[in-house]
Amino acid sequence: MSETLIPSITRRGLLGAAAKAAGAAAVASVALPGCDDRADQVREFIHKRLREMSPDEMRAFCTRVEADCKERFGKDVLVGSEPPLKDVVFGYGLDLSRCNGNRKCVDACVQENNQSRPSPEGPHNNPIQWITVLEMDEEAGIELAGSTAYYEPVKVPAPGKAYLPVACQQCDNPPCVKVCPVKATWKETDGIVVIDYDQCIGCRCCMSACPYGARHFNWSEPNLPADQINGTMHVLGNRPRMRGVVEKCTFCVQRTRNGLYPACHDACPTGARVFGNLLDPESEIRRLLETKRVFVLKAELNTHPKFFYFYS
Amino acid sequence: MSNITDRPFPKFVRASVRLWTHGSRVYYAWIALLLAMVVVGLLGYRTQFSEGLVSTGLRDPVSWGFYIGNFTFLVGVAAAAVILVIPAYVYHWKPIKEIAILGELLAIASISMCMLFVLVDMGRPDRLLHIMPFIGDINVPSSLLAWDVLVLNAYFFLNLGIATYALVTMSRGHEPHNKLFTILVLSSIPMAVGIHTVTAFVYNGLPNRPFWNASLLAPRFLVSAFCSGPAIMLMLLQILRKTARLELKDDAIWKIAELMAYAMFVNLFFTGAEVFKEVYSGTEHLQHMRYLYFGIDGKTTLVPWAWLSLIASIVSFFLFLLPRTRKNPVLLNIGCVLILIGVFIEKGIALVVPGFTPSVLGEIYQYAPSSTEVMVTTGIFGVGALLFTLMSRTAIAVLNGDLRVERPDLAVAAAHT
Repeated sequence: MSETLIPSITRRGLLGAAAKAAGAAAVASVALPGCDDRADQVREFIHKRLREMSPDEMRAFCTRVEADCKERFGKDVLVGSEPPLKDVVFGYGLDLSRCNGNRKCVDACVQENNQSRPSPEGPHNNPIQWITVLEMDEEAGIELAGSTAYYEPVKVPAPGKAYLPVACQQCDNPPCVKVCPVKATWKETDGIVVIDYDQCIGCRCCMSACPYGARHFNWSEPNLPADQINGTMHVLGNRPRMRGVVEKCTFCVQRTRNGLYPACHDACPTGARVFGNLLDPESEIRRLLETKRVFVLKAELNTHPKFFYFYS
Repeated sequence: MSNITDRPFPKFVRASVRLWTHGSRVYYAWIALLLAMVVVGLLGYRTQFSEGLVSTGLRDPVSWGFYIGNFTFLVGVAAAAVILVIPAYVYHWKPIKEIAILGELLAIASISMCMLFVLVDMGRPDRLLHIMPFIGDINVPSSLLAWDVLVLNAYFFLNLGIATYALVTMSRGHEPHNKLFTILVLSSIPMAVGIHTVTAFVYNGLPNRPFWNASLLAPRFLVSAFCSGPAIMLMLLQILRKTARLELKDDAIWKIAELMAYAMFVNLFFTGAEVFKEVYSGTEHLQHMRYLYFGIDGKTTLVPWAWLSLIASIVSFFLFLLPRTRKNPVLLNIGCVLILIGVFIEKGIALVVPGFTPSVLGEIYQYAPSSTEVMVTTGIFGVGALLFTLMSRTAIAVLNGDLRVERPDLAVAAAHT
């Protein structure tokens, strides 16, 4: 296995996509399992936990999600379930000197991850954005009190303003996982904190526990227009969510486990974002950590984020 | 063999149903009012069911609100109603049995309301089984909410068991003297402390929310519950003394009021200690308290409620502290209502909302309950009051000796001798 991110991009990406297509074709003709008798249905209703599924069950589940998407949106999608890569722990770096608050990362993230779009004319406008870009006074430094996420990003940077994008910090010691009463969220071996949308009961304990406002709730049925769907999905990531469950940034698990960069990384026009494998001494993120002074948000809470900020 | 319907328990149930469906005009009017409240609640929930929690005032920055606040308040009521058994025992009040049983019934009704509040707050109520012990995969020991579900369930079934056993036994003319029974009654007292402590820990264990992450939170929960729970019991006991043949001396009522004054003093002292720490330290943690009592940048939704709660608590403290005022029946009841107002706000929105405001990213989202939330809440209080009304009608009839069921074999034996 390649230890660097870059060479693995092309190979992994291709392999991943090919494997996904093959898997989908193989299972498509098989009848949905577990629907034969009612006891199985009941067990499935109660115990459908992604964490405990065998590879076969997982593949069947992904096929079902694909069929569901086809039915709801009339669109062919591929739902993968790539497990964490061996010897990989993802880390993110963000250069606050470069970030000018243009919010391209937010837009790319919404597109990539099938987030609920605004519907201002409808009665239940409930847009979801996994990345929050905060605008604050440059003089004050990092000062969350008094910052705002509601600024007009047509002309950025505004004079005297600084910007701080915040998404899930993929804590090594995640408080959200600790408080979940039903084990619906957990940290994978590559450090990504994921959610099983079919286990979440919508109690929102994790939202109370998260120090970074990174978790978002589907207060209504998500507004996801069929023509805007990203059909490359991961079962723990950007597959369409349902009403009443919590969602969050997954470092684009559907991309990064296939060797691609997160969508926000590629969308950033100022080159402020750095991403890579923390266990690979040659990776960009390791080079960053070794050559720059970095800091994490709210270090005093002992969450050990894997999202590092720095000034260049 | 006797017919199954002649057995004591079915007879007990039938006699209860007869009681529930017969009463004075005031009783019918009361039941009609409660049923109307339930209908309002169902209408509210219909909206929430079809639209989702978007029909509440909640959003990402303030993700818990009126429902969870009411839940917290009612856990306190459930806990304190049972704890009143301690002074009843210590001071040898005559109707200790009555106080214990009514306390347990109030606890059952309150916990039922708590469970309904949790249910309506869930994004996926259809997945309720996920959080049920043995059926679901619950995250113990690490999740406090999982513990809370466990202890609330245990407390509910404990009190339901105790009250049912005691009332059925008494309706057969026996006293519920039995070792297991005594152990269960005694164990419900530490359990009562336990449910409120665990509920406090759900908030307390979140270091990112400094408003809740203070060690005084659980003690404050308990002392404020010692105010609100007895306040309800005190009013109930007075009503029952008038309408049912419940014997309760004035001394007992005054003593409860006096104890509530001490509890309220500790509550106010704890509040003051927290205010001092935050104000004198003047760190960014002060923001939450500032939002509660003064508002920030003209955002003052909570301010009138916060002051109403504080003033009601202080006034009721003095009313219950001074012997002259607490022995005046009118002032006594005004004091009870003020305590309920004070604690309902303090342990409700004034606890939950400032914890989220400003949010962890500094946003000040002004939460206020939506009409849907108010309607659903009305319905749940209607359900709780209805449950308590029906249960206490049975209980009082049993305690008065009006509801008697004989065991058929005993009746036959008596006829033969």
